[in-house]
Amino acid sequence: MKKMSIDRRSFLKVSALGGGGALLALYVKPAVAQFGPQVPALPSNYIKIAADGTVTIMAKNPDLGQGVKTMLPMLIADELDADWKKVKVEQTDFDDTKYAGQIAGGSTATPTNWRPMRQVGAAGRAMLITAAAQTWNVPETEITTDSGKVVHQASNRSMDYGQLASKLDSLKPPALNTVKLKDPKDYKIIGHTQQGRDTHAIATGQPIFAIDMTRPGMLFAAYEKCGVFGGKVKSANLDEIKQMPGVRDAFIVERPVPNENVLPGDPGLENGIAIVADTWWQAQTARKKLQVTWDEGKWGTPDQTSTVFQQKADEFSKGSPQRTIRKDGDAEGTLKSAAKVVEGAYSYPFIAHAPLEPQGCTAEFENGKLTLWTNSQIPGNARRLAAEACGIQQSDVTLHMLHGGGGFGRRLTNDYAVEAAYISKHVGKPVKLLWSREDDMAHDYYRPGGFQYLKAGLDNSGKVVAWRNHFVSYGEGERFASAAAMGPTEFPQRFVPNYELHTSVMPLGIRTGSLRAPSSNAFAFVIQSFIDELAHAAGKDPVQFRMDLLNAGTPLPPPPAPGARGGFGPAGMDANRMKGVLELVADKSGWGKRKLAKNTGIGVAFHFSHLGYFAEVAEVKVESNNKVKVNKVWVAADIGSQIINPGFAENLTHGAVIDGMSELMDQEITVDKGRVVQTNFHQHKLVRMAQAPPEIEIHWLKTNNQPTGLGEPALPPILPAIANAIFAASGKRVRALPLSKSGFSWA
Amino acid sequence: MAFKLNVNGKSATVDVPGDTPLLWVIRDVLNLHATKYGCGIGQCRACTVHLNGRAVPSCQTPVSAVGNQPITTLEGLSADGTHPVQLAWQEIDVPQCGYCQAGQMMTAAALLAKNSKPSDKDIDSAMNGNLCRCGTYLRIRQAVHRASEITTNASTRAVQTASVNK
Repeated sequence: MKKMSIDRRSFLKVSALGGGGALLALYVKPAVAQFGPQVPALPSNYIKIAADGTVTIMAKNPDLGQGVKTMLPMLIADELDADWKKVKVEQTDFDDTKYAGQIAGGSTATPTNWRPMRQVGAAGRAMLITAAAQTWNVPETEITTDSGKVVHQASNRSMDYGQLASKLDSLKPPALNTVKLKDPKDYKIIGHTQQGRDTHAIATGQPIFAIDMTRPGMLFAAYEKCGVFGGKVKSANLDEIKQMPGVRDAFIVERPVPNENVLPGDPGLENGIAIVADTWWQAQTARKKLQVTWDEGKWGTPDQTSTVFQQKADEFSKGSPQRTIRKDGDAEGTLKSAAKVVEGAYSYPFIAHAPLEPQGCTAEFENGKLTLWTNSQIPGNARRLAAEACGIQQSDVTLHMLHGGGGFGRRLTNDYAVEAAYISKHVGKPVKLLWSREDDMAHDYYRPGGFQYLKAGLDNSGKVVAWRNHFVSYGEGERFASAAAMGPTEFPQRFVPNYELHTSVMPLGIRTGSLRAPSSNAFAFVIQSFIDELAHAAGKDPVQFRMDLLNAGTPLPPPPAPGARGGFGPAGMDANRMKGVLELVADKSGWGKRKLAKNTGIGVAFHFSHLGYFAEVAEVKVESNNKVKVNKVWVAADIGSQIINPGFAENLTHGAVIDGMSELMDQEITVDKGRVVQTNFHQHKLVRMAQAPPEIEIHWLKTNNQPTGLGEPALPPILPAIANAIFAASGKRVRALPLSKSGFSWA
Repeated sequence: MAFKLNVNGKSATVDVPGDTPLLWVIRDVLNLHATKYGCGIGQCRACTVHLNGRAVPSCQTPVSAVGNQPITTLEGLSADGTHPVQLAWQEIDVPQCGYCQAGQMMTAAALLAKNSKPSDKDIDSAMNGNLCRCGTYLRIRQAVHRASEITTNASTRAVQTASVNK
């Protein structure tokens, strides 16, 4: 452990000399490139100062519970030197002529906005100083600010920002790259816990969610789709439905179905039947009387069934892979001469996002113009697809961003917003579309399931000398289904001299997409569980074994090209930062020193994703009937030099741990002839309060790196940390998720 | 069919089929939107309201079953957020997305009305029906304890005030 500290210190020195921050910025760039065009950030688009002194700061990103409506304005307010208690925060509309990167995805809000939002605030402050200098006729250098006031110490004068409001319009904002940013030690808002800006509204039940939107004359809609993707209506008893109480209209929507063998990620309007009524319950009640004959199309076949997927994967594992993604050295050859060979067949299922607010959107189509009120995580796509469905220009769409009741990646797909838009146009009235929970469970973009057949070799000293993975996933040819890929730099590539990653894919007729920490949420379980197996096979302590592995790495390669997935992926992992958090979590959890009760074990895992470094330890008790209680979790994280809103960061990290526990134990979506089997939360379970760990202890390792995101990278390590603790407690190694399939349950 | 309801101390007459879940009467007829739809089968309890002081899932309560029992929604705890549970939820800053929190607060308020000083175990057992997709359970537990303190302090103050007034 001592050696580790020296390593980390020397790294910090090197990065200070070598510009580690600049390197990180290069890694952040692909993320920016991926999330839309850049428009210059103009202070006037973000800051409004009224004559009465009210400072309003615009929050530009969709907030679905990840706290950006509070966090991004904090960055502006601190550099503006505004009085946070008096600042008003206002959610913007979607407007890509004014705002860049209006998206909730990829834990990108912090790394992509950290600098520009502070610069916006600093530019605003510089303008206030210029205005004050002109007013008082004194040099700008003599003017300071103090929480909403400009101050001229020499003449003992001060003015509220509001008194300068009228002068700001005539001033040209300074170039953002010329403004001076605060020394972090002077932060008054950043780094200090601030209450969520919607907390009061939530505590008093104000109608801030998309589902709460109402418009004068609004009708309610339900939308019935075929359980099989692409299915279209052959016939339906619409005449009968139209006679049901409250029903205003019922009609069939038919669109061309994409014929490709890899389903599109966000296909726009899909076939179905719209029922429009005076209330949603009437629409839904009428829907229960629907009798539809579907043409299921090409995906309603017996091979589109979970048990068949498993059989095919096992067959693939016995044969030659379809193709090779990465080959460093000679893993096959090395495995033949290795002192010890360990094999493990791992698998994980499809799972649903199921944010608690079901999908829904309010749309108003009038005179060729469309207005949407939505909680989309990627409103730019909602606008584009809705415009396409309604046959209008994107410039004819106004999109209001409403607070979302969770997203987790589900609302990166805009099917529900497009349906609402189309239905409103069809009936010529404002329409609130709401999916039932059953709709949501049946028509999600599921976290892709997958299978990994691993084989690794150890030498006499217990060092990993070969790693071979046959990754079985979904897709066709070289194309993976959405979010179902593994890249050529997946860990422990670069840390094992002989590394081979092969793949085989099979066609898939259900839609897949990104779920919080996409790919990482499954891969961390596989890789960190298998590494645990290797540690035990080598007779080494699981923490020390991981340290040794991290020490065996080759240096960080050059940053990936803009737009490449590597911006989030393992390619950018700095082993020294990971060793830092691993050392910290081992220290804080008393690893190796902790006295453990009977049937109790402790497990560790780490994972790098979305630019964040997380190592987690879990202590669990496993009773003889395989009932599992998580006694305590320790999280150590390096997400850079600053935790912007510490209280919320803690809350979000608790949530990541608990979310990961749900995925670990109970969640599974299965497919039967192209249809999803599970219908609601009783079959796709979330952790409940009594099952949550009584304590989750979080430690931030602040390093000299730009702050990065948190919502996603905190999740992946908890699955293997608990699985490894279960092994430590019970000797049972579970290689298939969810654990409930192997007879485990929460105590 | 017409039903006369008592919601948050006010009387309201609604004309809906008797099997309409109370949830949809509250949301779409009475336009009180704090009460949320999450699952429709009583699994998540985002729709929790008080029926005669008991926390019930309004999605599983047909309007015909209400009779003359008073209904309280989150809006009825207080409009300005000054009910001890609402105060505690704000002070602890419980919410992430916030969608389940109306249901959580209603269950917590019903618990505290029966048991003003619940243990962790009491809280876990009372709150176990309410799902939080974001996983704010640790803060919910903390906030219930805090609400209990606020309630106790307030009643202590009330008792002190009362004795001073004697």
